[in-house]
Amino acid sequence: MLRKTLLAGAVAAAMVASAAHAETLRWTRSADGLTLDPHSQNEGPTHALNHQIFDTLVYQDMDVEYQPGLATEWYVHEDDPHVWVFKIREGVTFHEGQALTADDVVFSLNRARHENADMRGLLTSIKEVRAADDTTVHVETHDPNPLLPNNFTNLFIMSRAWAEEHGVEEPQNYAAGEETYAVRNANGTGPFRVVSREPDVRTVLERNDDYWGIDHYPMEISELIFTPIESAATRVAALLSGEVDLLQETPVQDIERLGNAPGLKNEQGAENRTIFLGMDLGSAELRTADTDDNPFADRRVREAIDLAVDQSTIQVAVMRGNSQPAGMIAPPFVNGYSEELDAVLPADIGRAQELMAEAGYGDGFRVTLQCPNDRYVNDEQICQAVVSMLARIGITVDLVAQTRSLHFAELAREEYDFYMLGWGVPTMDSEYVFNYLYHTKAGDRGSWNFTGYSDERVDELTVAMGQETDIEARNAMIEEAWQIVHDEIVYIPIHHQMLTWSMRDDIDFKVQSENTPHFKYLKFND
Amino acid sequence: MSQDVQRTDASPVAAKPPGALRTFLASDIVYSWKRQPVVILATLVTLTMFAGALFAPWIAPQNPFDPIELELIDAFSPPLTTSDFTGNFYLLGSDSQGRDVFSAILYGSRISLLVGFAAVLFALALGTALGLMAGFRGGWRDALIMRIADVQLTFPSILMALLIFGVIRGFLPRSMHAEVAIIVLIVAIGLSDWVQYARAVRGATMVEKGKEYVQAARVIGLPDHRILFQHILPNVMRPVLVIGTIGLALAIIAEATLSFLGVGMPATQPSLGTLIRVGQDYMFSGEWWILLFPGVALLLLALSVNLLGDWLRDVLNPKLR
Repeated sequence: MLRKTLLAGAVAAAMVASAAHAETLRWTRSADGLTLDPHSQNEGPTHALNHQIFDTLVYQDMDVEYQPGLATEWYVHEDDPHVWVFKIREGVTFHEGQALTADDVVFSLNRARHENADMRGLLTSIKEVRAADDTTVHVETHDPNPLLPNNFTNLFIMSRAWAEEHGVEEPQNYAAGEETYAVRNANGTGPFRVVSREPDVRTVLERNDDYWGIDHYPMEISELIFTPIESAATRVAALLSGEVDLLQETPVQDIERLGNAPGLKNEQGAENRTIFLGMDLGSAELRTADTDDNPFADRRVREAIDLAVDQSTIQVAVMRGNSQPAGMIAPPFVNGYSEELDAVLPADIGRAQELMAEAGYGDGFRVTLQCPNDRYVNDEQICQAVVSMLARIGITVDLVAQTRSLHFAELAREEYDFYMLGWGVPTMDSEYVFNYLYHTKAGDRGSWNFTGYSDERVDELTVAMGQETDIEARNAMIEEAWQIVHDEIVYIPIHHQMLTWSMRDDIDFKVQSENTPHFKYLKFND
Repeated sequence: MSQDVQRTDASPVAAKPPGALRTFLASDIVYSWKRQPVVILATLVTLTMFAGALFAPWIAPQNPFDPIELELIDAFSPPLTTSDFTGNFYLLGSDSQGRDVFSAILYGSRISLLVGFAAVLFALALGTALGLMAGFRGGWRDALIMRIADVQLTFPSILMALLIFGVIRGFLPRSMHAEVAIIVLIVAIGLSDWVQYARAVRGATMVEKGKEYVQAARVIGLPDHRILFQHILPNVMRPVLVIGTIGLALAIIAEATLSFLGVGMPATQPSLGTLIRVGQDYMFSGEWWILLFPGVALLLLALSVNLLGDWLRDVLNPKLR
């Protein structure tokens, strides 16, 4: 008996000891990264996965504070306000052994400015990137850009030698469905290296023991297994049964249950993401509508839709309180946020019907609404609710809800009349929103503006925001631009998302409002 | 003698229907039906569900396909509750969109049955026509049709249905997808299921065409199509009808599977499969009624139709009698 106890004790002790060295974390969320090519797509789950494998010059830690990554310091050049200087960390190696040099940084920044790269929208202010010496990079902008480093938080650094060896000097053309070596293989400098990857099924990463920050961060996870699970119920069942350890997007209906489950806990916080509906208001005729003109082009129709969509009921019934109804596409912690503009119009079906009649659509019209069904919290449910709300003002909405890889690819090909999209502001500044969502779709700017909206003054202000160094004047521009797009009702905002991550209760990890976990910070409580 | 006279005197028009009914009631089929309580129960369930589906617009308190009638504020009402906001009564509760689950089941089984019947008819017509041709004509037509059938049999029919569904949708403009979803479903399930009818009909046709009555018809110079449709077809239909009854249950399940996988009926016009797909998200959160009731409805429908089909096969098969 005693021997048995001793033996059990020894086994337990051995297990604890080995656990400290080899901890596997099994991570799940609804969606996989679209690609491992770090510059091809500017999209949340894609960046979240790539942040484990690659590093950026600057990144936002778990409290969304800016922290040095591969750059140890950065400042505006003493002699020239057009130039930002980045000091590159020394002694960093890529997973396959290449040493990181300033040249790799120059290569990566230029690669991200290629026309295939979705990341280029963040880099429009850049004129030239050059290596001043082996550890210094100079980024010259067209005009002084005080916020440039904020645009680098999802800009991953690749190895030039590796890219040339595998013929991936150019980013993958995602919209065209291109497949390159960089889509399934990655060679970063990050805390984890790729062991195996099956897209949409399972990605296995292992700790990079040569990581430059190995002593600086907890780095307690030795093996990170990422299994995206689309179905909400399956995802929750996986956590309840111990099949996974951390669930990134807890379905709102299961928050209570998981919080009460023994051995599990929830971590919650506001997310930097606003959900909204976009309409093609620029085309002469809609693709899916039964009219031979474009009803969305009429501001009265857009106002009627805004009045018919009842954000408060969506918050109560669909989100169970886990959202904040929105009037603008920027959450409260973003520079330029205005409580007044973010206020939600109370639903008013009577007024909305009047507006529809005034616009000449008293009998309504028919149109197709496109939604993802695995990207945002309750995305399909929200769209269904919108269908029923718009039916009350005579708009017959056919709903197509599909997986996000199809949704975003078709959206990017400008095939949609009416769609759902969510937008986060990683730079914490309104300029980012105007640059991607409101500026006329042309060149590097307005790349996610699928509405056809084009306003000269907004374009002017958007460009000026990127150059103005006087903070007060700049904020006045932001305010003016928000007022214009708010009055024009370019989009129909729904709400700002709230985030819930559920995990084993021995895990010490807080939610990050970008919804980007940095697993190098994760700790296990003993 | 006098009895004979009486019989001939009785009006044949008045006497025939009770006679036919009496013959039917005295038949083996009815005898077998009466002796099997399970079959009686299956018949009752099937008839109830058919009636519920048929008269759904008059029975259901809400039209779940009309978005105007959904009250989002009433979402997740438990069964047997009356809403504080709208005063609506929810017999089996409401789902995440405020859709009355009872109404949704009635309308959903309507779609399930419609798709089931139409898909079976489509498969039956196609399979019978091809089977007749293959069996009667033989030669390269037979070889071609039966090889296609063999190849198709190697794939699970749900996989075929998924493939056909995807291909048809690819050819249609997006704006038509929601409107024609039901037709696409019928064609996809029908096309994935014609093989067994074709094989049964071909076999039976090959047997029949060697029989004397067919040879006699040939000798008096009847054209092929008349021999096929008036003489052979009635004699090969019995196995086909039996396969069809069992096929109905399979088609209902195929429709539910496709909708469950998210490629069938859209969530705005839910069939039973769609309701189950939507409901499974609430399995752990306490709103059990959204999943349970549609699931039970599908189970009852498929099970009772299947039991009836099995029973009919046994009764009609002389070898098993």
